[in-house]
Amino acid sequence: MIQIHYFASIRERLEADQEQLTLPDHVSSIDELIKHLATINPKFSAVVNSTSKILVAVNQTVVDRSYKLSENDEVAFFPPMTGG
Amino acid sequence: MISVQTDDFEIAKEYAQLRITAGDAGAIVTFTGLVREIYDHDNAAGEKIQSLFLEHYPGMTEKSLQTIVTRANDKWDLLATRVIHRVGVLQPSDQIVFVGTASAHRQNAFDAARFIMDFLKSEAPFWKKQVTESSTEWVESRQTDAEAIETWRQD
Repeated sequence: MIQIHYFASIRERLEADQEQLTLPDHVSSIDELIKHLATINPKFSAVVNSTSKILVAVNQTVVDRSYKLSENDEVAFFPPMTGG
Repeated sequence: MISVQTDDFEIAKEYAQLRITAGDAGAIVTFTGLVREIYDHDNAAGEKIQSLFLEHYPGMTEKSLQTIVTRANDKWDLLATRVIHRVGVLQPSDQIVFVGTASAHRQNAFDAARFIMDFLKSEAPFWKKQVTESSTEWVESRQTDAEAIETWRQD
């Protein structure tokens, strides 16, 4: 099971701030997770297809799409930061 | 010290605390970021902001700010650092961010303050949503902020 968080514009478009997911056997990387979420959730698919840049963090550190997921990981999807 | 908070802050208090923490500092640099009334964002060019909403990722925000401050401490001899970032609903002219750095000589304090702000803008998970009379929209990241980071990477 992994925990997934969504922030800012992505959170609003998905109408969800978090969810839990049992990782299917064929999903081990972030890239595969994104493909899987797009398959099971049309809203996620729409967000992925229309957003120029989505950042992904695992356990609160930004990672790239080849990152290998582990059980109990905390994954987060968000747009580029705009603080300061 | 790092704080992520809804409350406003008082620069005089923060400066006084930096002086105490830093001990024998020869220089203290403070930077304060304010909410601007007019954003030059594409879809709201020239329109006045009624309010700004700051969202963040609790936990990761503090962690990423700490990483940035640690990197600054590795790079320069600093005697004290202070970072405050506000979240929630803010109004035009409100204070939004504070960075204070103390060192023996001014150059380290100036450089470290700029470094912390530059990385904070691109690496700390904060997102701004602006409300104008005609629209409510998420602020898009700026290319100039990404470029600011690149100049440090080339150092």
